[in-house]
Amino acid sequence: MSAVAAQPAVGQIASRTTSSRLIYFSSTSENTHRFVEKLRMNAARLPVYTYEDTLLAQEPYVLVLPTYGGDEGHGAVPKQVIKFLNVAENRDLIRGVIGAGNTNFGETYCLAGDIVAAKCNVKHLYRFELMGTSEDVDRVHEGLEEFWTRLPQSQAQQ
Amino acid sequence: MTPDKLKLASHVTAINWNRIEDEKDVDVWNRLVNNFWLPEKVPLSNDIQSWATLTPDEQLLTMRVFTGLTLLDTLQGTVGAVSLIPDAITPHEEAVYTNIAFMESVHAKSYSSIFSTLCSTKEIDEAFRWSVENVNLQKKAQIIESYYYGDDPLKRKIASTLLESFLFYSGFYLPMYWSSRAKLTNTADLIRLIIRDEAVHGYYIGYKYQKGLEGVSAERKEELKAWTFELMFELYENEVQYTHDLYDSVGLAEDVKKFLHYNANKALMNLGYEAMFPAAVTDVNPAILSALSPNADENHDFFSGSGSSYVIGKAVNTEDDDWDF
Repeated sequence: MSAVAAQPAVGQIASRTTSSRLIYFSSTSENTHRFVEKLRMNAARLPVYTYEDTLLAQEPYVLVLPTYGGDEGHGAVPKQVIKFLNVAENRDLIRGVIGAGNTNFGETYCLAGDIVAAKCNVKHLYRFELMGTSEDVDRVHEGLEEFWTRLPQSQAQQ
Repeated sequence: MTPDKLKLASHVTAINWNRIEDEKDVDVWNRLVNNFWLPEKVPLSNDIQSWATLTPDEQLLTMRVFTGLTLLDTLQGTVGAVSLIPDAITPHEEAVYTNIAFMESVHAKSYSSIFSTLCSTKEIDEAFRWSVENVNLQKKAQIIESYYYGDDPLKRKIASTLLESFLFYSGFYLPMYWSSRAKLTNTADLIRLIIRDEAVHGYYIGYKYQKGLEGVSAERKEELKAWTFELMFELYENEVQYTHDLYDSVGLAEDVKKFLHYNANKALMNLGYEAMFPAAVTDVNPAILSALSPNADENHDFFSGSGSSYVIGKAVNTEDDDWDF
């Protein structure tokens, strides 16, 4: 299976831990979820609703997140992603960002990815629209595999 | 076509925004309200000098393109968005459609603002006469309209999404083209506001279509998928003719067609389907893409290069109210 649900861990009642190297947020529109499914990689989905407990990353990971456009970028980063990144341990393990969006939103296209990349000082590796084309899937699949091998050992491991 | 078939919602109860069934309704409502604008806010008169640098052929093309867009916005505001209200699943969905309908009327009116700023009354009247007489333009409106008056709620949403996310783009191409050549840049700013709105509309109606699909049989799902692609092909063939009709005079038809393919794919994705046109025919002119979004170029693909070409995106605003760390 492409998407593996995070397992609850002993002693982590408040949050769920995940060892996935790909962590993503997708709203009920499921666009980003469909893209990640097509990658056929082990991935963990952040809770859809903010009242749910967020995930706790255990390994270095790349974050995939959408931007819902407009409004000069205010509130571009989904609240669920903010909740996840407000956990310092999660911030320590982020190694890159992939943004989803729609070029029709002009300057705010994939803005949430830019914001997270700037705040966490990692690269915004790739941008794709809506659920991504098959070309996007191929490039991200290959790109991520190469990314993890290219990353210095100190960063690729926890 | 039987216009009397278009029904009103059969039963209305007081809408309670404190009892939400689908968070997407609230998200999209807020997004649309925050995106609200009026054409009076755009300094269109700054384009008068630029307009004078266009050749008569280019001016005629621009006016025709804008009357074509006016027709689509009028159709969507007066019939399309309104026709979705009786099929709404939640009361908040109904409210979102009323917002969409009003904004489409704002869009339609904004083209008239452009015309009154740049053109004579005689030219304007002639362009509107052209829009009534152009076969391909009338055909695309008629195809969509026939489903708005039809009795299949899900087909109505498919037709509406294809209008919002595909049919506008043969027209939207031109102001993006002028903008990439530093012409009619204020007009392009206004069109970008319309494009932003239509993107939310297509996303939302497509989302509600997918919600509607959840409750139907596998056979019905297959039927609707096949129907979507058939309708897309029918509209696409007509768009190609419309595009040649308009753009052959300035030699841009092939460039426009790539933009059509690119947007057809996005319209299908809004309905939850895979892209149809392969990358070989969706290679939109980079100047057009960057007129649409400054972040859309290949410099933003870290994976494809050695990494040295990586450019940090221009962050518009990195402040966020409840961003704690």
